[in-house]
Parts: sequence; structure tokens; C-alpha cells
Amino acid sequence: MSIVDTVKETAQGLVQGAMSKLVPLAPDSWVPGGVPDPLIRQQHGLIGTSVSRLDGPLKVRGAATFAAEFPLEGMVYAALAYATIPRGRIAAIDTAAAEAAPGVVAVMTHLNAPRMNPPAVFGSSPTAAGPADLPVMQDDRVHWNGQPIAVVLAETQEQADHAKSLIVASHAAEPSTTSLAAAKAEGPQQGLFMGQPLLNQIGDADAMLAAAPHKVDHVYRTPRHNHNAIEPHAATIAWVGDELVVHDATQLVTAEAQTIADVFDLKAAQVRVTSPFVGGGFGGKCLWDHQILGAAAAKLAGRPVRIALSREGVYRVVGGRTLTEQRVAIGADADGRFKALVHTGIAAMTPHNNMPEPFILGTRGGYAADSFKLSVETVTMNMLANTFMRAPGEAVGTFALESAIDELAVELDMDPIALRIRNEPDKDPTTGLPFSSRHIVEAWRSGAERFGWNDRTAEPGTRRDGEWLIGMGCATGTYPYYRMPGAAARITLRRDGHALVEIAAHEMGMGTSTTTAMVAADRLGLPLERVSVGYGDSIIPGAILAGGSQQTAAIGAAVIAAHHALVAELLKLAGNDSPLAGLSLDEVGSEDGGLAKLDDPLRRESYVSILDRAQRESVVVSEEASQPLELMHWSMHSHSALFCEVRVNAVTGETRVSRFLGAFDCGRILNPKTARSQFRGGIVMGLGMALMEETQFDERNGRIMNPSLAEYQVPVHLDVPEIDVIWTDIADPHTPMGAHGVGEIGITGVAAAVANAIYNATGKRVRDLPITLDKVLI
Amino acid sequence: MSILINGSAVALPDDPRVSLLDLLREGLHLAGTKKGCNQGACGACTVLVDGERIVSCLALAVQYDGRQVTTIEGLAEGDALHPLQQAFIDHDGFQCGYCTPGQICSAIGMAAEAKRGVPSHVSADLTADVTLTREELQERMSGNLCRCGAHNGIIDAIRETVAAEMAA
Repeated sequence: MSIVDTVKETAQGLVQGAMSKLVPLAPDSWVPGGVPDPLIRQQHGLIGTSVSRLDGPLKVRGAATFAAEFPLEGMVYAALAYATIPRGRIAAIDTAAAEAAPGVVAVMTHLNAPRMNPPAVFGSSPTAAGPADLPVMQDDRVHWNGQPIAVVLAETQEQADHAKSLIVASHAAEPSTTSLAAAKAEGPQQGLFMGQPLLNQIGDADAMLAAAPHKVDHVYRTPRHNHNAIEPHAATIAWVGDELVVHDATQLVTAEAQTIADVFDLKAAQVRVTSPFVGGGFGGKCLWDHQILGAAAAKLAGRPVRIALSREGVYRVVGGRTLTEQRVAIGADADGRFKALVHTGIAAMTPHNNMPEPFILGTRGGYAADSFKLSVETVTMNMLANTFMRAPGEAVGTFALESAIDELAVELDMDPIALRIRNEPDKDPTTGLPFSSRHIVEAWRSGAERFGWNDRTAEPGTRRDGEWLIGMGCATGTYPYYRMPGAAARITLRRDGHALVEIAAHEMGMGTSTTTAMVAADRLGLPLERVSVGYGDSIIPGAILAGGSQQTAAIGAAVIAAHHALVAELLKLAGNDSPLAGLSLDEVGSEDGGLAKLDDPLRRESYVSILDRAQRESVVVSEEASQPLELMHWSMHSHSALFCEVRVNAVTGETRVSRFLGAFDCGRILNPKTARSQFRGGIVMGLGMALMEETQFDERNGRIMNPSLAEYQVPVHLDVPEIDVIWTDIADPHTPMGAHGVGEIGITGVAAAVANAIYNATGKRVRDLPITLDKVLI
Repeated sequence: MSILINGSAVALPDDPRVSLLDLLREGLHLAGTKKGCNQGACGACTVLVDGERIVSCLALAVQYDGRQVTTIEGLAEGDALHPLQQAFIDHDGFQCGYCTPGQICSAIGMAAEAKRGVPSHVSADLTADVTLTREELQERMSGNLCRCGAHNGIIDAIRETVAAEMAA
């Protein structure tokens, strides 16, 4: 980060800090969420019922169109060549043979690429989506091992791939930092996240730790991870005159369109990004160099371009979760009450991005303690920019924290669940804000009973079945409730009584399109079959990031606002001849296909009747969601209590997960069918993180060594037990629909639950992920 | 020289480098068969050739002269669904839907293997008739990766349909 950026971030941080101090002083009624959403009280609607995915038939027939499946007239195929040094410059690049190869239409390098502005790095403004602040193929500089240095366009993919192999490049290497030890030696920097330092100090934690009668103090390590969505990143791109159309697989259509527009000096309206189906995202399907390169190459060649990254290409071009080294130290009194909670450490980053894996976020609100020292520092390495991956911060932070709590429970000879409940805070321990909705103790109790936690023996290594050692472990998961500003919804209500709800949101498999239809149907008082949902297109008003597990809340609030505007418009249209004549906005609500007086539902008129009388084919309203001030008024989180049973082979060290239960406290569950899949999906990714996943990075030259699904191990069917999921289903009165996010909470805590079960089975404490066979045998 | 794809004769590509997968997706616009890795590691491109499951990314199209290929688009007519496709919806055996066509084609090929008595890594008796227990299904489907974590729903869908049909 440059000095200028740091100043800007600090200023942002000051404003946010001042706001957050003022807002708790405001009365509840000023704050969105202060008056509970009426849909929370509604018991007979679609919300809470299991609805199969509305796009299910398309997907099981293979008829859903993904980004690499838009055929365009005259389209050419792209292939990328990559740098082989971590830092330096391209000394020479010979593309003559590639250009002469059959079918080749163009070869683009920094020597002939159109001039473009560097993309604004994510977080630098509300619409910035760039992975880093680096120019894309504008000069001879090499910033990471694997950076694209040439784009070949050809009539077929086979021709492009072959021609790419004919490019000869030589590099001039410059000094680089590619080992963690060297990066640490250069000195860590304070991590800044959303403009604020990742630093909390309350009381004298060091002194209280030293004085505590019981303590644990260990270092935990987590490696790099890649998202590995099964759909590789791809875009189909065409210039239509001065306008650019990008059929993409993305989690942020609106910000991506704006950022690409800025790169090419266009107006936002000149760039349209669509993303109707995303084949898995997990934080990885954002803006990376390939979309910009594809658009530039399409401009250069004057032809539409399909740029579909190979699986190796995904590892070279799209960053993953970075590595962390975390110290957790807990000092406790004889009753197990925390006197000091220390969670500090480092995450690796690059000189050109700002994603300091914020592993202390969950610790900030997790437990009561008399003193805290929490900090994330960053070290700088010359590598591909790291990024968000499912539950950035919490996924790896909970591994360290929840392992340490298990270690403390052993030290205290206490049940680890009882230890957690003993330290349950009554308000947010670091901000002092009240919790909006926190029922983690209930999740622990119902989960423990269902899992049979009482059958666990505290003494490790005491349950055995042949050569298999059996153990149980538990952990808490946590993920914040977010709702980002800028969401909007457009509702088109037609004379035939059908409503189209449009949101600039994304369907990556979370069930968003289905759940949005359910919520909108309940909100509008329409049956599901009379609501359709439009999404995944930057021409829809507003901006809704599919990230931070915030999409459902953001959509919910936007639909509330748009519905409000719709009712106002309908009341105007209803006029004096309507049974609703004279009623104000606050006196009516939507039900049963029309508007009705809230305290006298017989006084009503259907939408069809209102539009008929007004002789209108449709009413269209578009409205922005309220500002997410609830986040400043309450401490808001999703929670889980996780239970794991493992069988560890005493001969080989192999761990098999035999049972897993997640008990979740995530507000009201909107669609149990898709929410269960989200929870399970997060848990499965957590099992991978615990036992097998690691992006292997060659510390000699900064190159990723296992860029394939054969060498980066993810859980397969035989690795995944039947995963039991339950939830409290207690609505949060301060959120739209009473819901919390469910997309990321699932992965948090899982690695610790597995590690703690392995300890219980074997007596071996592994603090270094993934827990492979060799680490268990040592 | 042609391949029968979902019952229609299709000419072999001129370029011998074209994989069966790329012939389907780029040549014929049958994009239901997915490309996840292009190196046989993920199973997203699984299709049936004369009833056997193969990863079409590792198959050169020109080698399939005269063979019958069935893709996800060929399992049912029009808007109708194969019972396994319906079971995937019922059991939420997918999220993003990208690995789904490969999972479904793979499961159909897997059931045929089991019927023929082909044992798996977890079969205790290599010569006995195959019983498709949950563990057998998990092992036999492990070549089809799913990153959304829909594994439980996928196995449930297969158990309810093709495995149940075998047991009957």
C-alpha cells in the first residue's frame, strides 16, 4: 500500500469509527431493524418451508448457460502464456512462430496491448473490484510467478493452445521475497481491514496471562488454499460498437462493470456484465486479469473472445486464501474464566493488494475475558494477490482459537463445552454493543444431546475398534452478519397479477434465486408461481455483492424498500373509487394478491383490480435499501456448535471422519432445503481444510506447485460422512426476515472440531493444517 | 465416419486433437457436459459411451467412430426428466449445478457396472454380486468431484433411484 492509500484508509477508518460511536446513542426507532420486519411474525407463508430450487430442472438437464457457454458469431478462443519468475521483467518475448501458427488471429503482449488504466483495487472505493492495483499487460514488469505475459487468439481452442506453446520468452529476474522466513525478516506491518486496524487491546493481557493460574500458549499454522470451484473461470466477451458485453462467472456484476469501464475509459453504462449461473464461487469468482485481458484482446482483434482458464490457469491468475501463523494464548482462573485472551499473528500479502486474512474477527466477539490482545500483522511476499475465500478470517482464525480452547479444557480438566459456556459473553466483549440475537448456548445443548456427547471419554486414546482409534471433538463456529450499502430492487407488477423482482445479485448455488422468489412472494402476498426473479446482470439497478454471506439480507432490505414504494404507487393509482380510498401507506399491507387494511383485512383490493381500473399494464418501482445502520447498533453474528467423531488408523495415521453434526444459530431459516445444503457445503470444505487442502508454494521461486485437481486434494464422496444439521430457528428481530447469513458459517470451526477429535482419539495435538497422516504419526 | 450422439449421427472433426468433450461443447453446442479440469481429475465431463462412463476430456473424438454416446441432454426427451434427474432435485443433490450432469451420467454408468458385478475398492468379496451400500456408492462416485459439498444429497438421490432399482 502506498502512503496515500494508507492515509485514505485511515480517514475512512476515522469516519467509520466516529459513526459507530454515535449510532448506539440513537434510539432504536431511528435505526433499520429497530422495528421488526412483519414477515418475521407471518407463520403461514413460504418462508420456513422447504422449496426445491426453481432452477433445478435447468441444472439437472445441463441446460443452465454458464459463462463459457454463450456462443457468439465470429468468436475466437484465447490461451494464456505465463511468466516463470516471481519478480523482474520480460527481457524478450518472441511471438513470431505463434503468430504464424494455423488459425491464429492475434497474439497480444505488453508490446501491442491496448492502453488501459490499472483496475481500482477492491476496497479502494465502493465500486472497485480489481484484484490488485497493478496495470494489466501494460509494461514489461513481472509481479508474480504465473502472471499472464501473452494472450493468443485463434479460431479454435486447440489452435490457441498449440500456438501458445510456441511463444519464447526470457525473463530478467530481480530480487524477490518468496519465503515466509524472508518475508518475516523484512518486518511485519499492522493489518488494516475495511479501513480500520486489525488490533484490539483491552487491559494488560500480557500481565494477566502471566499471572493466570492456568494457561495455554501455542502457535497454529494454516497454509494457502484455493477455492477450486468446479467451473473454471471463464468469460465470453464482445465489443458492440463502443459498448462491451461480458458474459462472466462473477460474484459482483455491478462493481465489475464499473471497474472494467474505468479500465477502458468508458462510462459504466457502456459495459454490461451478465452472470446468470456461476459454477461455484466461494470468494474466488471476482474480477481478475483474465476478463480485462479478454476484453483487451477482443478490442485488438476486432472479434468476440472466449477466455476460459485452464485449471492450471485458475491457479496462476486467480488468488486464493493466504497462509497464516497465529499465536493463541489464554489465561484462565481455576473455574475456567478467561483472564486474558491473546490472538495475534501474521498473514502473507503482496505489495499490490490489501487482504490481510483477518483471523481475529471471530475472536473479537466470541468469548468474555478480562483482557484482550488481538492483532493481525502482514508480511509481504512476491506472489499472486491473495483474496477472500469462504469465511475469510474466521475459517482459519477459528482453527487456532477453538483448538486453543480445547487445549485449555484439557489443562483445566474441564468439559470443552462447559468451558465455552462458562465464558459466554452477555454483550460484545470488545465493542460493548449488545448482541442482536445470540443463542449459541441453546445450540450447544441441543447439539450435544443429539450427537451423544456424553458418550465421549475425556481421556484421549481410550476408544478403539481394531486398529482404529475413535475420538470426539467439538468447536464453535462464528461469522458476522453483514449488510453492505448500495443494494436496490426493482419490482414490475403486471396487470395479470404477476410480479418480476430484479436484483443485481448472483446465483452461485446458494439458492438465492429461489429464496428471493419465496421472500418476495410472501412480501407481496403472491403465490410463488406468480413471482419471477431477475438477477446476475449489471443493468439491474443497485449493487449486491455475493460475499460476506450478506446477499440474502441485502436483497431482503432492498425488496422491503421497493415493496414500500410499490404500495405507495398502488395507493395513488387506486384512487377514490377503491375500497382503499383514503388509507395511508402505514395502514395497508400486501396479502392474498392485493392490498388490505392492516386492522380490517376485508377492506381490500386486488392488484389486478387496481391496475385494471387505472388501465395500466404494469407498475414499475425501483428503490434502494436503507443504510445498514443496524450493524453499528448491535453486535450481529451467525453461530454454530460443531461436533465431530473421527476414526484414526493407529498404523497409518489416516483420519476418517465418521460422524459430524452442526447445530446452527443463524436467525430464521428461510428455505430449510437450500440452507441445509449451504451448511453442509461449508462443513465439507472445512473437512478438506482440516485433513487435505493445501496450495503448495515453491518458496525458491514463488510458483504454485500443485495447480490441478489431481494434486490439490479436495474431499470426495468417500471422505464425506452423512452430515447432520440442526438449527435454533430463532428470528433476529433486527434483520430483514429475521435471517442471518448461512453461506460461510458452515466452514468456520470445522477444522478445530476435527483436530480436537483427533486429539481425543490419539492424544496427538496437531497445530499445523492440513492434518495429514505424517503429522499424526510423528 | 461418424459418432452417434444422443441418437444422431455426427461427423468426426477434421482436427484429430479435438476431444470428445470439445466436440460436444464447441462443435455441437451440447454444453450440458462440463469442463472442470480437462485432465480427467474431476469427472464433470462424464458421458456414457455404449453405456459405459468415460471422462470425455481424455477421449479424442476421432477414436469414437461408430460408437454411441449419451450425454446429459440425451437422458430424457424435451422438458421431461430422467428419474435420477428428478431425484437430484428432490434431494438437493447440487448447488451450483456445474458438476451435476457429470454426477448423473456417472451414476447411471456406475449402476451398470455394479449390475455386471464389477467390484470396487471397498467390496469385501471381489466375486460376489454387488450390493450398492452407501459406502459402495461413495467409493464408486468418488471420481466425480463436487466443491459445493452436495455429496450427501447426491448419494441420497442415487440410493433412491438407481441403487433401489438394482436391489428390487
